[in-house]
Amino acid sequence: MSQHAHSLNEGNNGKPVAFRSRPWAATLILTGGVFALILGMFLSVSFGAADIHFAVVWEAIFQFNPAITQHQIIQEIRLPRLLGGAMVGASLAVAGAIMQGMTRNPLADSGLLGLNAGAGFVLALCFAFFPGLPFMYLILYSFLGAGVGAGMVYGIGSLAKGGLTPVRLVLAGAALTALLSALSEGIALYFKIGQDLAFWYAGGVAGTKWFQLEVMFPWIVAALIGAMMLSRSITMLSLGEDVAKGLGQRTALVKLAGMIIVLILAGSAVAVVGAVGFVGLIVPHMTRFLVGVDYRWIIPCSAILGSLLVVFADLAARMVNPPYETPLGALIALIGVPFFLYLARKERREM
Amino acid sequence: MQQMVSHYQTRKRNRAFAVMTILAILIFIAFIISMNTGYIRLSPSDLLMTLIGSGTDKQSLILFEFRLPRIVISLLIGAGLAVSGCIIQGISRNALAEPGILGINAGAGLMVMLFISFYPSTSAAPVFLLPVLALLGASVTAALIFVLSYKRHKGLSPTRIILTGIAVAAGMSAAMIVLTLKLSPDKYQFVATWLAGSIWGTNWKFVLSLLPWIVILIPYVFYKARVMNVLNLGEELAKGLGAPVAKEQLKLLAAAVGLAASCVAVSGGIGFVGLIGPHLARRLVGPKHEMLLPTSALAGALLVIVADTIGRWIMQPSEIPTGIVVAVIGAPYFLYLLARSKA
Repeated sequence: MSQHAHSLNEGNNGKPVAFRSRPWAATLILTGGVFALILGMFLSVSFGAADIHFAVVWEAIFQFNPAITQHQIIQEIRLPRLLGGAMVGASLAVAGAIMQGMTRNPLADSGLLGLNAGAGFVLALCFAFFPGLPFMYLILYSFLGAGVGAGMVYGIGSLAKGGLTPVRLVLAGAALTALLSALSEGIALYFKIGQDLAFWYAGGVAGTKWFQLEVMFPWIVAALIGAMMLSRSITMLSLGEDVAKGLGQRTALVKLAGMIIVLILAGSAVAVVGAVGFVGLIVPHMTRFLVGVDYRWIIPCSAILGSLLVVFADLAARMVNPPYETPLGALIALIGVPFFLYLARKERREM
Repeated sequence: MQQMVSHYQTRKRNRAFAVMTILAILIFIAFIISMNTGYIRLSPSDLLMTLIGSGTDKQSLILFEFRLPRIVISLLIGAGLAVSGCIIQGISRNALAEPGILGINAGAGLMVMLFISFYPSTSAAPVFLLPVLALLGASVTAALIFVLSYKRHKGLSPTRIILTGIAVAAGMSAAMIVLTLKLSPDKYQFVATWLAGSIWGTNWKFVLSLLPWIVILIPYVFYKARVMNVLNLGEELAKGLGAPVAKEQLKLLAAAVGLAASCVAVSGGIGFVGLIGPHLARRLVGPKHEMLLPTSALAGALLVIVADTIGRWIMQPSEIPTGIVVAVIGAPYFLYLLARSKA
């Protein structure tokens, strides 16, 4: 079994992976990314089914007047949507980066951990047995489901005698995901609510409300800070468990902390936007490709690039076919797929 | 020393044969139970009478025209998908690989969905066209993945194929999501049932269309078992031992695609068999492909026939798609094995 574990990061020729880091590229991404993000935010607030002039946007934010409809649109719909997109993008990307670094599996992302499946299963139950449940509760329940999903994967993975190895974690995640999605599918078919669920699975930040952001914000910020504090240890873990242990790291503790951070980040993101799958997978890949192997750079750069991806994809989702919205998850996959194909061709192996 | 090693190997081989015999017996029992399970029950004596040709017309119609082809198909599908998964896991040396990862399910699903969404009528979709379309979709996708992951002078690397497969599958799923939201509710219900893996080719014609693939490809793969053992050592080592690695990988992958695509065409998206069948087999008989491949085939066949029987029985008169039952019974067992395992 263990020979299957690291196959994707050792090269075909089994040469050790070069340890490279590019702080200059990372600095560039961080500064450029922030500017791009600000630009994206302005565009996102002003474009949509009703285009709103920049000056009005400025007024709506700084001299809010509830009597003006455009101010209302900006304050109540576009701003939360935009901030939600940015937060979700950063969360998913950082969660993916941590997962990939800790498990040394380039294909790991939060979807694999059972988070999406857990949330989806609970939502299927809600739709089937309590139709018309208020949105607030749906969010809470999907967060709960995500947590239970991740907890089960983690629990089952660590029940085994050899402890929680990366392969076992990913396998447990895959099996539990299969189980929970089969159950949700069964419920959906039986109660004929499949299409309602599909809307949720398609993902989108359109319905983001201020209260969701208020609930999420402290958790996400804390988790992101935690991720930064953990980044050095993750770099070591990404070199292999033996190396990390040899360097005196308490790997079990790091993994536990990492998992909790992933759970918070991915759980809140899934609760808000549904299953947007590709961000956690591709953004960390892209970031490693650009900045190298040091997670002290990978984590902040992933956060920025993830935000950028979701904010611009959401903007595009509104612009492609107005006034209808294209599902965000589908659009992100559309952007992600060619890029991922390119990465697969380059076949970079450093984790 | 030599003697000890060979003694150990004999014991291992005996164990593998024992495992296979037990699996075969379980399949046989499941076969018998499955024959008298369904909306209309056939008692064991009725069954026997019908089998030797002296049952009522209605009984023989049910048994020979509805149940038996379906049972045979579930056995073939189980074996085919599990062997396909075994090949893909073996050559990619990735424990998570399964036929679905090569984009085969997504390709077949997208094709079926495209057809349904543009087909004018909501109900009577032409039954025989769908497997053909699914096979076409799966093959086109597989070809696309091969082309995208092929590099001149370097050939195909398993890693690249898997990464490409994931990307292509993700793209197709995204397209499917967009289509899903536009379908009318009853069309959606039809597609969803198909995607969830309900065996609906309950007809000897489907058996005949599936049989050649299985009968030709599975023995071919068994014949390649020793090659797979060498490939499993890693590319560099395999080359060192003189194996024409790229050529063998390509042949085996083509066999895996052929098996999976033909199975998915008849069964819809039964996803879990290709992942779990080989894993179960590996835990039961170890990594030698001579034993692993046949055991995978038997384990997969058993899983699908049991799942299909349960799916027909549990919610009569309607039925649960087999793919769902496969996951619901397969996943907990798999998790249990995972939690119990040492390595």
